[in-house]
Amino acid sequence: MLQKPRLLTVLDVVAIVSFIIATALVFFYAPLERVMGAVQKVFYFHVAAGWVGMLSFLLAAIVGVLYLIRKDLKWDFVGVAAVEIGIAFTLINVVTGAIWARPIWNTWWTWDPRLTTATIMELVYFAYLMLRSGIEEPERRARFGAVYAIIGFLSVPLTFFSIRLFRTIHPVVIGSNDPGAMGAFDMTPRMTQVFLFSLVAFSIVYFDLLWHRIRLGKLAERVESLRLKLQA
Amino acid sequence: MNGLTPFLRAMGAVVWKDLRAEWRSREVISAMLVFALLVILIFNFALDLQPNVRAGISAGVLWVTLAFAGTLGLNRSMAVEKDRGCLDGLLLAPVDRAAIYLGKAFANFLFMLLVAVIVLPLYGILYNTNMLMPGLLVVVLLGSEGYVAVGTLLASMAVQARTRDILLPILLFPVAVPVVVSAVKATGGFLAGWSWEEIQPWFTLLVVYDVIFTSVAFMVFDSVVEE
Amino acid sequence: MTALIVVRALVKRFGAKVVLRQLNFEVQKGEFVALLGPNGAGKTTFLRILASLARPSMGEVRVAGFRLPQEAAAVRRRLGVVSHQPLLYGDLSAEENLRFYGRMYAVERLENRIQEVLDLVGLVARRRDLVRTFSRGMQQRLAIGRAILHDPDVLLLDEPHTGLDQDACDMLDGVLRQIASQGRTVVMTSHDLARVEDLASRFDVLTGGRITASRPAADLPRDGLLAFYRQALDDQRMNQRAVQ
Repeated sequence: MLQKPRLLTVLDVVAIVSFIIATALVFFYAPLERVMGAVQKVFYFHVAAGWVGMLSFLLAAIVGVLYLIRKDLKWDFVGVAAVEIGIAFTLINVVTGAIWARPIWNTWWTWDPRLTTATIMELVYFAYLMLRSGIEEPERRARFGAVYAIIGFLSVPLTFFSIRLFRTIHPVVIGSNDPGAMGAFDMTPRMTQVFLFSLVAFSIVYFDLLWHRIRLGKLAERVESLRLKLQA
Repeated sequence: MNGLTPFLRAMGAVVWKDLRAEWRSREVISAMLVFALLVILIFNFALDLQPNVRAGISAGVLWVTLAFAGTLGLNRSMAVEKDRGCLDGLLLAPVDRAAIYLGKAFANFLFMLLVAVIVLPLYGILYNTNMLMPGLLVVVLLGSEGYVAVGTLLASMAVQARTRDILLPILLFPVAVPVVVSAVKATGGFLAGWSWEEIQPWFTLLVVYDVIFTSVAFMVFDSVVEE
Repeated sequence: MTALIVVRALVKRFGAKVVLRQLNFEVQKGEFVALLGPNGAGKTTFLRILASLARPSMGEVRVAGFRLPQEAAAVRRRLGVVSHQPLLYGDLSAEENLRFYGRMYAVERLENRIQEVLDLVGLVARRRDLVRTFSRGMQQRLAIGRAILHDPDVLLLDEPHTGLDQDACDMLDGVLRQIASQGRTVVMTSHDLARVEDLASRFDVLTGGRITASRPAADLPRDGLLAFYRQALDDQRMNQRAVQ
């Protein structure tokens, strides 16, 4: 029986605590931004979620390469966990992006390169899950997942460049005169501190969730093999 | 006709086989063409193609047509192998898997070009635009290559899954965004008479995409078809 | 004299499910082994491993002296495979199919060889006809032709009689006997005991994930195959119960 490791419980606590602290910092410690007001505070979580989501997909691609070389299924557990959680964090990134955009540009959506790339990336990883769900054999599922995670991740920078190039030639039609920045502002030292802390907090929460998800995958596989043994 | 080395011979054999089989039934090509024509018709009624906006939108319509028609071809090309167990036949042969990949990809590439060759002049006639510029044709070549390189790999995976028919577009489109966007912009640029400096970045993107993804697909194809 | 096919302690797992467990198997050059066993016993999986289409989870597999899966490419050249599915392209003619595979196998003097093979399987008259117009029996014969086109040492057949009527089966057997008499080594799985009794030189039974019984044809009394097979299955069932 896979006992829940003590370290994981500790991590759970640390994650919850740091998240609460980060939220408190965002609301009480960080200053109110001059132009945008309260909505700017979305930025701290928006960027943190975006970075963590992106790194998660990078992890999935690296683990995919490892799986193709080593053919050890343990890499697959990490891969699918990384993708699922990456999807969650990227979704937070996209939604907070929309929340930020609404009061500023008076629209829910701008075709900002980063936001658009994040959405396309999200679609790639949804496709990853759909691919996996269509395949029964664990080994083949792992192989295909690995291949698509690699292909998907390689396409992201190219997607970003193509959309950014698109935008500099055709300035945004809605709202802003400045096609580059989405509500750019300079960060005071306090803001920087809150931002960095948010990033750390999100990373801890991420690793906590990742670990849990990997354990979940392993336990599910255990259940499946026990079930097959009973049937035979 | 074929190269001297076994690799090229095998690749050539696969291409010849696909072309020959398709020539007999002509199912895939006719489906692709009919589909392409339908798409053009629908877009004609859905979009207002006034001359001053036409250049940019024409390019978009053209590439949407090619992308969707391309998906049909890709699906069918791999389904043929899967349905009669022929993929096993290919895998049993003492040839490098990569030769099979390149053979399939090249055949798919030729099919897509065939569709383009028919669609381009037709489009030109319907909308009184000259589509047969050399620069534009190069864009079609580069764009089709990238699209087909990734598409052949993904189709090999999709065809082995339960949800095979709808899975390919879902897998392919998000990953093909760079190549489609670049191809559309470059095509539009040629149609609107942009200077080379303006079009060149899109060309670069196309070439980079083609090189990266063709090499990666070439390397991982083995993992996708073996058991 | 080393055996042409050597399998030791072969294990094959699909996820958590173990299909082949510690399977041992050996075939000498020129033998015609019939592999029998109930549905789902793992015969097809085993044949696929021998054919280099599947990888062993554990254990040692050698065909024609080469290790699988490491030296799979060398093995494939010496292997001919006939499976349930014909592995033929419906939109190509019989000779075009053979030409394609001939190129893939780098067969020398290909056109001559195609003629020889079509002759052997009795399909010369239909050489230019599209395979999708062929009956199942004809497709199977062409499939065998495809399998021997490159003159392999080993021939693997997975239930080749499936879906064929009496005449077609007889024709198929004729071809099989001829091929076997050319000194090839054959491993064939089958459900049709009556047919197999006249063809094979040895009978092995695969149940419970391994070969549990093996008997040369010479040691079997006339029409004794069914009894042998039943006995092997019963023995296996008793062993299984004893373990539990």
